[in-house]
Amino acid sequence: MFTEYIFYFLSIMALFSAVMVLVSKKPIHSVLFLTLTFFAIAGHYVLLNAQFLAVVHVIVYAGAIMVLFLFTVMLLNLNNDERSPKPVWVKIMAIAAGGMLMLTLIGVFRGYDIKSAHDPLTTQIGLVKELGRILYHEYLIPFELSSVLFLTAMVGAVLLGKKEQIYK
Amino acid sequence: MMILSTIPIDYYLVFCSILFCIGVIGVLIKRNALLILMSVELMINSINLLLAAFSAYMNDPAGQIFVFFIMVVAAAEVAIGLAIVVLIYRTTHSIDIDVLNKLKW
Repeated sequence: MFTEYIFYFLSIMALFSAVMVLVSKKPIHSVLFLTLTFFAIAGHYVLLNAQFLAVVHVIVYAGAIMVLFLFTVMLLNLNNDERSPKPVWVKIMAIAAGGMLMLTLIGVFRGYDIKSAHDPLTTQIGLVKELGRILYHEYLIPFELSSVLFLTAMVGAVLLGKKEQIYK
Repeated sequence: MMILSTIPIDYYLVFCSILFCIGVIGVLIKRNALLILMSVELMINSINLLLAAFSAYMNDPAGQIFVFFIMVVAAAEVAIGLAIVVLIYRTTHSIDIDVLNKLKW
């Protein structure tokens, strides 16, 4: 029962703050609510006994990506509301489409009787030791290639963010 | 262990579906490019959580390794995306995506 209460608490917190990301008027509030969502999802990872992913999620999302978003919001001085929000019928149509997608997904998933073979509370796969062993044995090449991806992204971001015009 | 009962995986399916659809709605209703990127992050997060949940319930670590790589790609994507947003703001003084229709026709 205890885990279910934690699950409900984290889910409601994540969904509420995800909705607040969209409802908030100021972009800075959206960023802060998004951080709350990320922390709730990190709690879900802990609940799944995926401790490595929980730590990485907090570091990458709640740390790095949130700092990037906050810096961008502050750099762009976006504190005014959207100057010309989309018409109401577009919003209604979008919410209807998203709601129908949600109903479809939930309906499809409820149609299947998914048996969970293992209990995540007793498995050890989410621990750093186990994941590190697999990451450095079977997934060594993708792991090294991801560093190349990061280098490319860093060079690209620096090049795009340079002060002088690159079109000349 | 009596106090720690197992959560059915259907709960994660429903929760991640709702979170994904909130992200979809955000992409559809927002005009601010920054908020669209945030909604895309929400969608990526819901997929990550569902992948990790299935991995944990199947006792297969490959899913969690995949989540790790998705996080890597998402971090790179956000860095590049925000750099592009800053560049667009610097040239057009707006990040309204409806203004950015120069490539449309």
